Amino acid sequence: MKKSEYSGQLPPTYDKVIRHDIFPEPTHDETARFNFIASLNQHLAGVAAGNKIVYEKRLKPNFNKENGRDFENRHEVHRALKKDPYWKTWSALRRNTMEMRQQAGRSVVLRQIDELNEKAEILNKGKSTLQLNSEIKSPRYASAVDIHLQVGGYDTELVEGDISVGANYDSGIFVTTTGGVGPGIDGGGRAVATAVKQKFPDFKPKRILDVGCTIGHNVLPIAKAYPDAEVIAIDTGAPVLRYGHARAQALGVNNVTFIQADVENLDYEDGYFDWIQTTMFLHELSSKSIRKIMSELGRMLKPGGLLLQVEQPNYTPKMDLLEQAIRDWDCWYNNEPFWSKMHGMDTKEIMRMGGFKDEDYMEFQAAANTDNGDVTKPAKSVSEDYGREALWTVFGAWKS
Amino acid sequence: MKKLNVDYIADAGKKAKGKRPWFLDNPEVEKVLSITMAIAGELAVARERLDTLERILESKGIMNRDEIESFIPSENDANERQTWHAEYLARIMRIIQQDREALETAPDMNEAVEDLVKEFTEE
Ligand SMILES: C[S@@+](CC[C@H](N)C(=O)[O-])C[C@H]1O[C@@H](n2cnc3c(N)ncnc32)[C@H](O)[C@@H]1O
Repeated sequence: MKKSEYSGQLPPTYDKVIRHDIFPEPTHDETARFNFIASLNQHLAGVAAGNKIVYEKRLKPNFNKENGRDFENRHEVHRALKKDPYWKTWSALRRNTMEMRQQAGRSVVLRQIDELNEKAEILNKGKSTLQLNSEIKSPRYASAVDIHLQVGGYDTELVEGDISVGANYDSGIFVTTTGGVGPGIDGGGRAVATAVKQKFPDFKPKRILDVGCTIGHNVLPIAKAYPDAEVIAIDTGAPVLRYGHARAQALGVNNVTFIQADVENLDYEDGYFDWIQTTMFLHELSSKSIRKIMSELGRMLKPGGLLLQVEQPNYTPKMDLLEQAIRDWDCWYNNEPFWSKMHGMDTKEIMRMGGFKDEDYMEFQAAANTDNGDVTKPAKSVSEDYGREALWTVFGAWKS
Repeated sequence: MKKLNVDYIADAGKKAKGKRPWFLDNPEVEKVLSITMAIAGELAVARERLDTLERILESKGIMNRDEIESFIPSENDANERQTWHAEYLARIMRIIQQDREALETAPDMNEAVEDLVKEFTEE
């Protein structure tokens, strides 16, 4: 039988997610609700593919008739899409599904929040691997709107010692990515750790920094791959760090120190780290802060050290304008204010901001799902949900 | 440890900070779409629960799921079920029924409250 564009690969069921000790325990029906939302996301990826037909059959010819030329950039395509009834329906459904995912996660977490906060307190108590600092505030670029509709952002504390936003993040990411990031929601980190081991077998980093770690899910595979390394994971949000630290403890990973800090003001000496990692971090930064942060990362990295950054692919002239416009959806409609600007940048230019040289630049793909174990060669999915798939671009450099 | 005083039912559905974009020309329609999708979700949840129940019953040898496929309702069963369907449909299709009734009834039975208010307050 032919596989439907609307089912693609059936998402794995939510019971596959690893239930560590601090995981917000879902009931039978809450699990079913997550299954529904994951399936809905999968289905909507199929609906999204219809935008291609709209583009070819309606938007391009109409634009050409009116302007006597083709679309020149993604913004023109976006303006045309915005008026199209098919795109509008898909967008209304996609936005609503993101909101449903938030509601579903928050309802699981909030009904048991007292127990979760207590469990976290027990796991975190007296541990030097969690260092919070109440002076640190989320920068305005990170808190002006709730990024990807995550209610409360990364830093809201409903009560002292609260972890609810971290727990909600953990509970729902499997669903948003239709299970693509795997049972430990760490597909990105696993792909990076495996790629680095495969590509650079002689690399023995002693100090690793993960910037903007959120709940640390993607740094744990790196810490596990280099058990003798001292791994520092920083974030500005206390609730996500509390949760992330408790989660790491629950999963038995003890060589990561979670520190509440703003990467714009770190006081590590020059060349302190052998490896600096950012994962899905850059796109949440304003252009001004990217410049500042890149120069800090360049400063803290040791000569001969490695900087790697994981992102969804940036827009290159080779990428189809419709794909660019669809990838931009998250910017305008999923509260990702800097997504479009950042993805429109040249990744080499970003590296130059950190003092890295073009000849040292490297880039490869990393996938959570592979056919043959080589993480730089992704398995093909039936329809891609642009911006959500478990396939990333990794770019960076060895500092010379 | 401080306990959290939270209305978890309302708070689960809290709005994200930032202005919400509306996509359809008519926001009322988009709200109905949103409610419809939530109900679709709840139907899937109920369906999954039923599926679990059937599989447990089967695994305990209490029933065989083929029995469901080959089940033929008795005359009485059939009657009860079809009545249930009729009631269910009437309930969810009420607004259309009332729309039609409005078309059918004489104008004086469709008097608007506003008109009545006006009529009885005018001197
Ligand atoms: C999209 S999340 C990163 C996700 C995570 N690294 C992963 O692997 O999926 C961005 C994180 O960066 C943090 N952040 C934003 N600005 C920051 C800053 N200036 N210093 C440290 N953390 C920051 C946010 O609090 C948030 O947790």
